[in-house]
Amino acid sequence: MIYGKTGFAVAAALAFAITGGVAQAAKTDIVVGLQLEPPHLDPTGAAAGAIDQVVYSNVFEGLTRFASDGSIVPGLAKSWEISDDGLTYIFQLNEGVTFHDGSAMDAEDVKFSLDRARAEDSTNAQKPLFADIASVEVMDPMSVKVTLSKQNGSFLFNMAWGDAVIVAPESIADIKTKPVGTGPFVLSNWVQGDRIELARNPDYWGEAVSLEKATFKFIPDPTAAFAAVMAEDVNAFMAFPAPENLPQFDADPRFKVLVGSTEGETILAINNKMPPFDNVKVREAIAHAIDRQAIIDGAMFGYGTPIGTHFAPHNPAYLDLTANSAYDPEKSKALLAEAGFADGITTTLKLPPPSYARRGGEIIASQLKAVGITVEISNLEWAQWLEQVFRGKDFGLSIVSHTEPMDIGIYGREDYYFQYGKPEFQALMADLDASTDPAERTSILQAAQTMISEDYVNAYLFQLANTGVANMKIEGLWANAPTQAIDLTGVSWTD
Amino acid sequence: MTAFDTSSNEASVLRQVLRSRSLIIGLVLSAVFIGAALVSYVWTPFDAEALNIPTKLKTPDAVHWFGTDHFGRDIFSMIMVGARTSIAVALIAVGIGILLGVPLGLASAARSGGWLDEVIMRGNDLVFAFPALLIAIMITAVFGPSAVNAIIAIGIFNIPVFARLSRGSALSLWTRDYVLSARVAGKGALRISIEHILPNIMNLLIVQGTIQFSLGILAEAGLSYVGLGAQPPIPSWGRMLADSQTLITLAPHMALFPGFAILLTVLGLNLMGDGLRDLLDPRLRNARR
Repeated sequence: MIYGKTGFAVAAALAFAITGGVAQAAKTDIVVGLQLEPPHLDPTGAAAGAIDQVVYSNVFEGLTRFASDGSIVPGLAKSWEISDDGLTYIFQLNEGVTFHDGSAMDAEDVKFSLDRARAEDSTNAQKPLFADIASVEVMDPMSVKVTLSKQNGSFLFNMAWGDAVIVAPESIADIKTKPVGTGPFVLSNWVQGDRIELARNPDYWGEAVSLEKATFKFIPDPTAAFAAVMAEDVNAFMAFPAPENLPQFDADPRFKVLVGSTEGETILAINNKMPPFDNVKVREAIAHAIDRQAIIDGAMFGYGTPIGTHFAPHNPAYLDLTANSAYDPEKSKALLAEAGFADGITTTLKLPPPSYARRGGEIIASQLKAVGITVEISNLEWAQWLEQVFRGKDFGLSIVSHTEPMDIGIYGREDYYFQYGKPEFQALMADLDASTDPAERTSILQAAQTMISEDYVNAYLFQLANTGVANMKIEGLWANAPTQAIDLTGVSWTD
Repeated sequence: MTAFDTSSNEASVLRQVLRSRSLIIGLVLSAVFIGAALVSYVWTPFDAEALNIPTKLKTPDAVHWFGTDHFGRDIFSMIMVGARTSIAVALIAVGIGILLGVPLGLASAARSGGWLDEVIMRGNDLVFAFPALLIAIMITAVFGPSAVNAIIAIGIFNIPVFARLSRGSALSLWTRDYVLSARVAGKGALRISIEHILPNIMNLLIVQGTIQFSLGILAEAGLSYVGLGAQPPIPSWGRMLADSQTLITLAPHMALFPGFAILLTVLGLNLMGDGLRDLLDPRLRNARR
């Protein structure tokens, strides 16, 4: 391989000499492959991650934003002040920000966006983010005062979500097809079913981006995705759907493989209200029957970090609780016998389309079978999964990756599909919301992680890895995915 | 009293079988796969459903004759058990087609031109208008994907095939003198259909059945490939192909062996069908003589 790379370099040098050493200008366009096409382009109107992948930071911006390491940095707000009681936030906006239609972005737009998101009839997919806002007031064109009804330590974090971006009131009617944001790229063309093209916004208020044109190309089929990368039809493919192909890209001098962390806790969801899973011993038996490493190796070809609770390992507050549910089939059998199911259990395992679920499901089915739990696998499309499992709660077991950042709060919701909602847990979440002290927040979060781990609410499998492949000469792509974004603002070609 | 001459004795039938190369190749290939399916009930080299991640993606060697798949399962064992799935699905589906299609076709021929004939044949046209895959998707949308639903979908698709075949050939038999004499003797349409028509179209049904059987195997593989057939962990050739898709550059053996299994089985059954037609079809047989 070293020989190969040297040969390549020599050839490149020769080619350079022959062309007379004229320095070529670096490329300024990029084609990014994506597996799923967004249903529309309004990040404030639907949960689909594909919308954020295309528009977050590229077309739309919020008051704050996620940096590639997951920290919160200023966005449209250049600074903010928080009152001592933690209830009032005064945001100072950046000067000279304009929407793509030329109109100025000011405090009125911020008020409009936040009020629209938290309105009664809002279709925002993450309304809890805005639940604590009591009022939004315009102080002057460049400052906004947000008053909360109770303390919320994660308010600035909430404002960084794609669901909280600032939109222009006059563009709302057509936002789904003609998004008008403040970002460095403008939507120039959307060929439905094929690609979305973005062009550089010449009037961008912030630091100018180096790309002039960006194309998102939608390739749902993993085999076609592999072919498109190999043929260099796409320059980068983020969240590459077939982890088995990554070693091959890694060995190819043309490409680099980006492996980072995501917010995707992949879990074997258990229907906590459905007998026999309302018995904690049965849930514990399931947890001990599962060999996480076999699932990571078999379904994800080694990409993924084992987790023992519903929390991202790269978060400073993370506790490694995998020991609570160590692989121990004998213990699992004993627990089942203790719970009165020595003869075994039969249940359903409903799987959505991603390969982590389909492949992981086959492995888990065989591991559960070894301790006497027989599962009937049914493979569902996303729409069916949402209907039957997520909304209908008609399932025994399911596998899914929860990709929202910091989503441990879902365990407090009684009507959430796995139906935990223990009052003690809800109390912890209330404490968390009321606390702004980082050390206290950490200890509450750790108590919450421990509680769901020891209650064996779900079987925690692994943190989904963010696996992407890109041309060797592209720099600035996010390796990690603190939110579902493909931020192109810092991306450039090296030659 | 039959439609064709039955004077050929057993020895000459055997001679004809041996003379027909395609029939022999077809019989051998079909026997190999049916044999593999039967043997798989009592023995496979490895447990076809046992996952063994550390030995995944092994190329064929002395231990794993066809290598292992992405979960470390033995592909040879999976093909043996997969043969069982394919054959069971196709056989039952063809059975449904014959059991429902032939009586419909015979009834239709017996009442040729009547309202019953019209209803049955237009109903057949309706079913024929939908491809098997579409029927399968409709059924799985309602009942969820499973091998049973694949059987029903392929079976429904087989009904008009047999109904048309039996109606067409029965119609020509109804004009024969021996049928006329049976009618004169006072036999009813039902008895004539069973005693005189059915035995004389049996040869055509056998040939068509063999061909539909091979199409059924192909259809089962197709449905499993798109995830509408047998559900994991039951091995199925179509799903083995689907699983191998993204791994084809890494582990081509994962695609080659199930692919060859489907190819050879379908080829074998088609050759057998061809050979049987040469042997059984009276027109072709007389022409050759």
